Amino acid sequence: MGKIEAKEVHFHYGTFHALKGISMDITEHKVVAFIGPSGCGKSTFLRLFNRMNDLIPGTQLDGSIRIDGRDIYAPGTDVDDLRKNVGMVFQRPNPFPKSIFDNIAYGLRVNGIKDKEFIRQRVEESLRGAALWDEVKNKLNASAYALSGGQQQRLCIARAMAVSPSVLLMDEPASALDPISTAKVEELICELRKEVTIVIVTHNMQQASRVSDMTAFFYMGELVEYDETKTIFTNPHEEATQNYITGRFG
Amino acid sequence: MDTTPTYPTGYGQSKRRAQRAAFGIFRTLSLIIVFTLFAILGFIIYKGAGVISWEFLAEAPTDGMTDGGIFPAIVGTLLLMLGSAIVAFPIGIMSGVYMNEYASKSGWVVKFIRLMTNNLSGIPSIVFGLFGMALFVKYLGFGDSILAGSLTLGLLSLPLVIRTTEEALKDIPDSIREGSLALGATKLQTIWKVVLPMGMPRIMTGLILSLGRVSGETAPILFTCAAYFFPQLPTSIFDQCMALPYHLYVISTSGTDIEAQQPIAYGTALVLIAIVLVINLLAGWFRRYFEKRVKTKQ
Ligand SMILES: Nc1ncnc2c1ncn2[C@@H]1O[C@H](COP(=O)(O)OP(=O)(O)OP(=O)(O)O)[C@@H](O)[C@H]1O
Ligand SMILES: [Mg+2]
Repeated sequence: MGKIEAKEVHFHYGTFHALKGISMDITEHKVVAFIGPSGCGKSTFLRLFNRMNDLIPGTQLDGSIRIDGRDIYAPGTDVDDLRKNVGMVFQRPNPFPKSIFDNIAYGLRVNGIKDKEFIRQRVEESLRGAALWDEVKNKLNASAYALSGGQQQRLCIARAMAVSPSVLLMDEPASALDPISTAKVEELICELRKEVTIVIVTHNMQQASRVSDMTAFFYMGELVEYDETKTIFTNPHEEATQNYITGRFG
Repeated sequence: MDTTPTYPTGYGQSKRRAQRAAFGIFRTLSLIIVFTLFAILGFIIYKGAGVISWEFLAEAPTDGMTDGGIFPAIVGTLLLMLGSAIVAFPIGIMSGVYMNEYASKSGWVVKFIRLMTNNLSGIPSIVFGLFGMALFVKYLGFGDSILAGSLTLGLLSLPLVIRTTEEALKDIPDSIREGSLALGATKLQTIWKVVLPMGMPRIMTGLILSLGRVSGETAPILFTCAAYFFPQLPTSIFDQCMALPYHLYVISTSGTDIEAQQPIAYGTALVLIAIVLVINLLAGWFRRYFEKRVKTKQ
């Protein structure tokens, strides 16, 4: 059984048909990369997994998405619970205007955890997990805004991991970062895969081939090809995929 | 033939000249405004500073208001500011939050509320006074009282509070809200723990500006609260009270000896201005304080 199973997913923004019948199985503890030209629907699809698109008025979803076998769009689903289980890291680092410590503790607190010692431990674990602990351990009370962009993004990853999700969605997590910070984030992804299933959107072909087990190529709202990353990058079945990964594409 | 277009000479010079002229005009106008402001302030200080003393600030008027102090009016004004804040701040902030965070931005509810608040802020304050008299004083039977005055002044400041709250929250990027929701926070938690604290510096500014406005209003309390002469301090919210702006009006236009009352009038004006000034300084201070708390640079 797949960790995430999407079946015949259609998605509309108003009258615009953004996703056209996408089916995909994602296996647990794998890293899956979404690639494709701008506007092909990668983010739209990704944001369906934690129901982030619910926030946009006038949208419509058909088909089904299951995580751990449960239809996440079934009536009566606890969306907050779902989002706790399916974490998300955004394109631009978006730390809260709070201290480094409070940024990480926030997710725990809003989920009802009050035990101070547990929170402190979890903050440290998460920061260590995001390879940020050594850089910030002496200034946990400083504002998160005082960190560099790369550090902020790792803080956001730590923040997402603090609530112990089983899936982590990453929408171009390194596109706003310099090469060194990007390398750090990629390393992190390779570490985190032990704990979570990761879905990452990226425009960087090398990045996709470096970090992912599976790659999905989207084009104009359709899933063109979904296969082992090795296969996609060395021997894709579709000509469109071939053209895209070799850069011969609009 | 040489076809390279020649750059018109002298053009840059005339542009610079136009720019200098424009800046000159702006600067002159700004100076006129600043000068006027200082002239008013200076005049009030010149005329009023003489009567300011501890007795003036801490005692009630005596001798048919030709002597003594203005203490009850100071207390009254402060009470009315507090009362209007209690009325307007919670409701106003909640409405602002509702408008920006809950209601659909283009929906008719928001459009309607915005239309109402815009129009409400354009209504002359004497009309608020009339309305307050009809509703709070007469219909609800509060009589001329601090309660009725506070409610009326609260209504008057609502539009400003709603608007500034809305504007403050509008500037907070959605990515921050998404970041919170993505962690499993509810919408209410997101608003309460992330959005409102971030908007606080600007909301505070609006709140304090509305206090400044309230402190100087005469018309809304004319028929709802203000007492011509009420030297003892109010003991309940159903009491009337004196208030600085109304007191100023009273001793400048009526009384036993308008000539003798003149210095008192200027003294009262000076105290009123001082209160508004202090409030505005507080506003600036609060904003900087909250801004620093929101994004301390280490
Ligand atoms: N809120 C929205 N309202 C209307 N249309 C939208 C909205 N968000 C996205 N779209 C449209 O849906 C399509 C897919 O957008 P999406 O953001 O999923 O693309 P993407 O593959 O993530 O692109 P990029 O690589 O540029 O991030 C685009 O054509 C876009 O214009
Ligand atoms: Mg995208």
